[in-house]
Amino acid sequence: MQVEDGEVFGLLGPNGAGKSTTIKLLMGIIFPTAGSARMLGQPVNEVAMRRDIGYLPEQPYFYDYLTAKELLDYFARFHGYSAAARSERVQKMLKKVGLETAGKIQLRKYSKGMLQRVGLAQAILHDPRLVILDEPMSGLDPVGRREVRDIILELKNSGKTILFSTHILPDAEMLCDRVGVIAAGKLRGVGTPGAIVGVQATGMEIAFELAEGAALPDKIRAQAAKAGTGYRMSVGESGLYAALDELRTAGAKITSVAQIKPTLEDFFMELVGKDRAQAAAVEVSGK
Amino acid sequence: MNSILIVARNTFREAVRDRVLYNLVFFAFLMIVSAVIVGQISMDIETVVMISLGLSAISLIGLLIAVFTGVGLVSKEIDKRTLHAVLAKPLRRWEFLLGKFAGLVATLAVNTAAMAAGLFAALWLVKHSIARGDAVVLVAVYFILLKLTLVVALAMLFSCFTSPLLAILFTGGLYLAGLFVSELRSLQVTNLTPQAQKFFTVISYVLPNFGNYDVMSAAAHGRRVAGMLVLHNTLYTILYCAIVLSAAAVIFSRKDLK
Repeated sequence: MQVEDGEVFGLLGPNGAGKSTTIKLLMGIIFPTAGSARMLGQPVNEVAMRRDIGYLPEQPYFYDYLTAKELLDYFARFHGYSAAARSERVQKMLKKVGLETAGKIQLRKYSKGMLQRVGLAQAILHDPRLVILDEPMSGLDPVGRREVRDIILELKNSGKTILFSTHILPDAEMLCDRVGVIAAGKLRGVGTPGAIVGVQATGMEIAFELAEGAALPDKIRAQAAKAGTGYRMSVGESGLYAALDELRTAGAKITSVAQIKPTLEDFFMELVGKDRAQAAAVEVSGK
Repeated sequence: MNSILIVARNTFREAVRDRVLYNLVFFAFLMIVSAVIVGQISMDIETVVMISLGLSAISLIGLLIAVFTGVGLVSKEIDKRTLHAVLAKPLRRWEFLLGKFAGLVATLAVNTAAMAAGLFAALWLVKHSIARGDAVVLVAVYFILLKLTLVVALAMLFSCFTSPLLAILFTGGLYLAGLFVSELRSLQVTNLTPQAQKFFTVISYVLPNFGNYDVMSAAAHGRRVAGMLVLHNTLYTILYCAIVLSAAAVIFSRKDLK
């Protein structure tokens, strides 16, 4: 697996797939039994390289006897900033993650979402080239998630490389240039979200409404399903025009026609399903 | 070096905010009550009693902090996973370890110095003067601090590879064994084989010699402590701590954190 310079790379997988383990290996928190990894062209155990890396741990927990301001100041010291530069950076980061008014409160009084924000602030405090975020949206409300998404996009626009793990698939589809899917400790695919699930449309979906009292044409009755005030039906690409003709003849108002493409979620679920089936087969055969 | 100081400073701050220094209130109370009681008994042994009592309290309180806080220095960070974000900074694991060690030793130094000041205040209350000979009390306090430094190093070593409870037991056990090193060296048991005799001799040199730090009796009776002993204990502590902390650093540097 390789993450290119300047891209947003999403590491996807169900719980226990190995996403956090991969990130912990990269950050030197645990050690590999085999194999090797490099970041910014250097082995992962190179300490000096960490000046250019920002890391947000999964469900971050920080020294709760410190205030957010003190914690960020503590971390900034490792990067050798002067007192004035530290103070300026800390203030800027607190503002960026929406905690400027809570900077003087001890972290033991913070909510999970607020801790996540502090975690994000400490990860980007020193303007790193590579930002590694382990489940950055975890514990955040919709507003918080939106803010984190915006920060990730801002980092991307400023040329940073971002690697983040998530199991929230819409976030990955929205943010990532490429994704890597991990299941049961194995990398199952790497590519753009579109490429990894296949860009081929699997069918067409037609949404339509019928005039009051009008009946569904016999030919499409089996395919159509009630959806709100109208109906939806799925047809193969080759049968699209025939279905539209039928609907027109019946006096239906076509409200939308859209391609049906598999989502990352479909791909993801299929993988997990295969793994479970395989695991069950192994269990049955006793191997 | 800078990274070590950053971690040490934060460790000291943690100890202060976790109210570790609150023990000073207890010590002050103990000294005041003792001074009043000893002052009333007054059988020309008030100084001896006050110094013995004060030094024992300084040692015991310090030991409790050194063992319990020392064991938690690293294990608490691993358990709470506060280490993850710290180790992502340009900081080596051994620097983190040394920083934690230095931070707690600094806390103990401040704590011990404050208690020593309390002891001198109590002495002044009892005999209304501080003589030049009382300086030996300072030597005794210095030896207690050296002893505590070694205990912290041992506690950190054990906490790097075992559970906090076992680390406390190992550190406490080693401390107690270390009090009897001199006895072990002079152990003359007739029915011991030469190999067994040699084994005990080797063990007596490997064990930390905590008996060397005990000059409480000399301090209480105003007897001089030889300058060589001060030098010996200082160098012994530095060397022993260096060995113990090196072993802790090797273990900690290879440890998978959860």
